[in-house]
Amino acid sequence: MWERIVEEAPRFFGYYNLIFLLKAMGVTFALSAGGCVVGLVLGFGVAVVRRADGAWLAPLRWLLTLLVEAFRRIPFLVTLMLVFFGFQVLNLDLSIFSVALVSVCLIATAFIAEIVRSGLDSVHHNQWDTAMAMNFSYLQTLRYVIVPQAWKVILPPVFSFFILFIKDTALASQIGVVELTYAGKVLNNRGFSAALVFGSILLLYFILSYPLARFGAWLEQRLAATRD
Amino acid sequence: MNYTLQFGQVTGYLPYLAAGAWLSLQIAFLAFCGGMVLGLLGAMGRSFGGVWLDRLIRAYVVFFTNTPQLVQIYFIFFALPDVGILLSPYQAVLLGMTLNAGAYLTEIQRAGFLSVHRNEMEAAETLGMNLWQRVRYVVLPHIMRVLFPPLSNQYILMTLGTSMAAIFGVEELTGRAFNVNAETFRSIEVFSLTAGLYIVVTLIATLILGLVGRYWFRARMRLV
Amino acid sequence: MPQLVIEGLSASYGPIPVLEDVGLSLERGEVVSLIGPSGSGKSTLLRVLIGLLPPKAGTVWLDGERLDYRHGASLRRLRERMAIVFQQYNLFQNMTALQNVTIAPIKVQKRPRTEVEAEARALLAKVGLSDKLNAYPDQLSGGQQQRVAIARALALRPEILLLDEVTSALDPELVNEVLDSIRLLAAEGMTLFIVSHEMGFVREVSTRVAFMADGRVVELGEPAAIFDRPREVRTRDFIGKILRH
Repeated sequence: MWERIVEEAPRFFGYYNLIFLLKAMGVTFALSAGGCVVGLVLGFGVAVVRRADGAWLAPLRWLLTLLVEAFRRIPFLVTLMLVFFGFQVLNLDLSIFSVALVSVCLIATAFIAEIVRSGLDSVHHNQWDTAMAMNFSYLQTLRYVIVPQAWKVILPPVFSFFILFIKDTALASQIGVVELTYAGKVLNNRGFSAALVFGSILLLYFILSYPLARFGAWLEQRLAATRD
Repeated sequence: MNYTLQFGQVTGYLPYLAAGAWLSLQIAFLAFCGGMVLGLLGAMGRSFGGVWLDRLIRAYVVFFTNTPQLVQIYFIFFALPDVGILLSPYQAVLLGMTLNAGAYLTEIQRAGFLSVHRNEMEAAETLGMNLWQRVRYVVLPHIMRVLFPPLSNQYILMTLGTSMAAIFGVEELTGRAFNVNAETFRSIEVFSLTAGLYIVVTLIATLILGLVGRYWFRARMRLV
Repeated sequence: MPQLVIEGLSASYGPIPVLEDVGLSLERGEVVSLIGPSGSGKSTLLRVLIGLLPPKAGTVWLDGERLDYRHGASLRRLRERMAIVFQQYNLFQNMTALQNVTIAPIKVQKRPRTEVEAEARALLAKVGLSDKLNAYPDQLSGGQQQRVAIARALALRPEILLLDEVTSALDPELVNEVLDSIRLLAAEGMTLFIVSHEMGFVREVSTRVAFMADGRVVELGEPAAIFDRPREVRTRDFIGKILRH
């Protein structure tokens, strides 16, 4: 096996292949980062709505709770299939990249909504009481008092999920998105040895993910220290 | 929308799919057990071994937690034959999931070891307990209480993780969903039903594990 | 006409009743103190008045206007005229002392920033904290935080100030600085509704004292009457116990 790898390596790491792999890494990163950012915004919105009072919001709160609890319990591959065929049913002629992106956004929203919820809960109830006694509205309390205190608890777990999404996007290869895993399959089909191909793909994922993991851990330490 | 939902065609496959869900649970369970053994060795190695053993295990953990399980299984299934190790799809999935789980479970169990306070051990010692008694009456119950929630959670995640076995043709729940889809072409209905089954299965598993954890190990468990 | 009238007020936490048929009135400029054992409902009464716990029965009138604790608009209006200071100070942890004092007048009462800031500085100077304007709560002692909390409540320009056991969470040596601030407010003629365990202080600063037990007002009268000549058995019991210290 090693002889074959050594023999193929120069061809494998040729200019065009490297460009191809780099582009694929870009797609992987774009899917995860895009999904994470959208998930943060929407997940935050979901958490805020779920926490709000008001009978008129009840049906919406119920629906959001249902969706959040559901998408946290469905494997990503199944979510991809649902979005893929869902687009077909709705006659939406969008690219497979969009399918993958929407899928990541869906699960990101679901998971981050939970993180935000627990982050908001971590702020002492007294802060809510005091703001209410001073006539702050629900949104004002969130904006001026709660979120400035809660974001430090929310950000580190969101970062861990970012890394999780990088790994999840590997499944998008199944619907034909040209991300890193798909690139590997292409190169393997072109004749390169599986060990060389998938070994390198694993390495590339590692290079993408590990520095982010270290940064996330550092961030968590920093933020925990500056909290109360 | 010129597509009419016809769940009727698909509900007949429910028993078939449910059997697939049962297989998913089994695969996750086997990989979990294998992962626990690896995890125990890894945690002990990191906690009690030398510096180099610690670094080696840490490399294993860091590698498997920062790369996708799917690609790990691809490597096992497609690359190992080059060195003469031919595995069936089922075996490759199981091995991949076991190695992957071992990495996470090493860290979970290591955290458990670290959580045993010296004070508890000292108190037990002053009460006259020998090492075996200390382990049995103080350390083990404490560790089980601390570890049961993250271990349960890991098992639930692994059950969802078995879904990618479908890509290799294994006929667990997602694999069977693909089969039914190929037969009936009722894609949305099939995958909605599949999603529903995953939700139901994880809810039941969470509930059962939650009850066991609460009443047997006195652990702080969520029931939903 | 009394400034605040409470009649037949009852409230409960879920199934447990905590206030039963409470009746009381405050004249403008009065200082009324509530004393009594733990769980007697003193703090709960203040929480109900400021709208943090909805009453089950009874009515409250503020300057002759009947308050409705179920409607947002009415709650907002009453909180423009009554302010509360809590036992745990409850300063906003993410803001400096000055910001804590200015945030509500600017964002909620919509007053101009320059005017609010000037007033905030004056209030913080009044409670003796001009050198701590830019300090965060975790840089202040308990007594200092409580004084910021008082300044914060005063910045809302309330007509009535509710003080809920404001010295109970403080180390003994820090209590007096807070009591001094309250004495100042009383001397200036602000209407104060105080819940406190500091009997000496209560006696000195109050116009009237109410003894509460089991969610009811058991006895109400001038300080000398309550402390020296309590009429009810339970009042006598309580006074006897605290005087033995």
